[in-house]
Amino acid sequence: MLNIVAAESASSRPLTITLFLIFVAITLAITIWASRQTKTATDFYAGGRQFTGFQNGLAIGGDYMSAASFLGIAGLIALYGYDGFLYSIGFLVAWLVALLLVAEFLRNSGRYTMADVLAFRMRQRPVRTAASVSTIVVSIFYLIAQMVGAGALVSLLLGIKPGTTFLGMDADTAKVATIILVGALMIVYVVVGGMKGTTYVQIVKAFLLMTGALVMTILVLAHYKFNLSTLLGDAAAQSGKGEAFLEPGLRYGVESASGSATFYSKMDLLSLGIALVLGTAGLPHILTRFYTVPTARVARKSVLWAIGIIGTFYLFTLALGFGAAALVGGKAITAQDKAGNTAAPQLAQALGIDYLGGATGGAILLAIIAAVAFATILAVVAGLTLASSSSVAHDFYASVIKRGNAGERDEVRVARISAFVIGAVAIVLSIFAQSLNVAFLVALAFAVAASANLPAIIYSLFWRRFNTSGALWSIYGGLIAAVVLVFFSPVVSGSPTAMFPDSDWHFFPLNNPGIISIPIGFLCGWIGTVISKETDPEKYAELEVRSLTGHGAH
Amino acid sequence: MTTEATSSEKYLEVQRSAEFAGLRRKLRNFVFPMTIAFFLWYALYVLLSAYARGFMSVKIVGHINIALLFGLLQFLTTFLIAWYYSRYAARELDPTADKIKAELDEAAH
Repeated sequence: MLNIVAAESASSRPLTITLFLIFVAITLAITIWASRQTKTATDFYAGGRQFTGFQNGLAIGGDYMSAASFLGIAGLIALYGYDGFLYSIGFLVAWLVALLLVAEFLRNSGRYTMADVLAFRMRQRPVRTAASVSTIVVSIFYLIAQMVGAGALVSLLLGIKPGTTFLGMDADTAKVATIILVGALMIVYVVVGGMKGTTYVQIVKAFLLMTGALVMTILVLAHYKFNLSTLLGDAAAQSGKGEAFLEPGLRYGVESASGSATFYSKMDLLSLGIALVLGTAGLPHILTRFYTVPTARVARKSVLWAIGIIGTFYLFTLALGFGAAALVGGKAITAQDKAGNTAAPQLAQALGIDYLGGATGGAILLAIIAAVAFATILAVVAGLTLASSSSVAHDFYASVIKRGNAGERDEVRVARISAFVIGAVAIVLSIFAQSLNVAFLVALAFAVAASANLPAIIYSLFWRRFNTSGALWSIYGGLIAAVVLVFFSPVVSGSPTAMFPDSDWHFFPLNNPGIISIPIGFLCGWIGTVISKETDPEKYAELEVRSLTGHGAH
Repeated sequence: MTTEATSSEKYLEVQRSAEFAGLRRKLRNFVFPMTIAFFLWYALYVLLSAYARGFMSVKIVGHINIALLFGLLQFLTTFLIAWYYSRYAARELDPTADKIKAELDEAAH
């Protein structure tokens, strides 16, 4: 229906850039305001713990709904139909783990980081070191995936094709420039605004994203007179795949002539689902969000809001994905981007042409949605940088190097420096990684979070016998298992879509390690615990009483 | 910041009290079975998507098939479990937790 997007995106470019600059200006103003309100370590790490349940619920949504969610899932549905929807469900169900097992207890017994809870009744230095390592690994993987994605997206959304130039830059230079710009803004948000600034950036982004997705959903449904079945039927017909488009199996658990390939493909689907569900409650940048509210009860409320917001958002993406399949068409989408990441912006353009009067309307709606996508990327990378720099300063510097004798100002100064360094490292790594296929890093981040962090958190909170050795075994065991399995998997080598497609050292058949590495993480935690005699019933009594009642909460 | 003022004997004493044991039992009897239940329910959905494609592709109304309804049902159960937990916690857990906390805060001053 629409093969004119490249030209269109070039014509909507000034508007996209203007809207994006407005977003940057507003968020920078908020950041500077937040920096004036940031005086104590609690302000910097936890935004003063003064956010309401609704505000934090929105901010959680802002932290969680990455460009991979917004553009990625809409694109998956547009190209593979039902399986994109299947993928999104794991991201939502995961929040029940956070609600039932983690959020309130973490808020009650911790202060600024995940390690506060893990190290509560353990020997501080080794456990905090381990927690810091795993926090940085998870956050850096996630950061690189987001920033490389940002570079690729910007050229797509601004319509910079290979061979053409923009402000004197060709497509490759524009990608590098984008990565540097995104990285620089993220560093400014975190270093200057701390948790307060970052939280407001996420609230603004969540609001924009939800509004944009809602408007597009209504327009898509209105096109089909609010009949979901007609929309699905049209999407299936346009996809060229017929009814199979509405059924599982086009993307995950693909059936092929080879029995073993089919088996591994289905195992991969299961492995991915488990990692998504168990990984969310182990993501450091999500965990630190629970500290930004005054009490555990408000933390519970914020997770309830987050579940409502995130669930609604994935329902929107269902309409957006099938809408893009029906109104834009798979051919027009893959002509822009093989991975389907431009499905949502292309749909916006089609809807604009439909409802807002021709090409100008299309350009306007395209520009708005493209600007929302930039905002989405910026908010997520800021959250990741903050979580990892907090862990470096609070866990590694203050507890391991200074052995708990660092002053508050000193700690915050180190946190700011770390944010700068982590941001700079992420920029450099992303520039080197941009020609590689690193989309698997998001799934790997979830797998590490589920295999290393979640077992340690659950054992810490609920198992009396758990000790220092158990914590180290579960964190390092789960972390090493996940990373090693992925290193020897088809996403790194030995397949056409691998990070290194021309080499082959893979022997692990699955793309997602979770189904093996998560049990290893839990098992290591148990083995590590029982082989050590250390046990501290007094400290466990304190942790348990505090985590369940909120007594002595910071 | 009352922790320093509360001795470890006090925590052990509270932990052994019938009131706290009741709170812990009510919490664990809810969250552990519920976690296992929604995890199995989700795993069932993924397994059916992988292995029962004939069943999942059965159409209910128009182009709406069992797979889509099953997926939407996952949304519904997630919302319901979240709502049910918050109601359960407010009624069964929060009052006891507040009472124990108040006693501890009192003793610490």
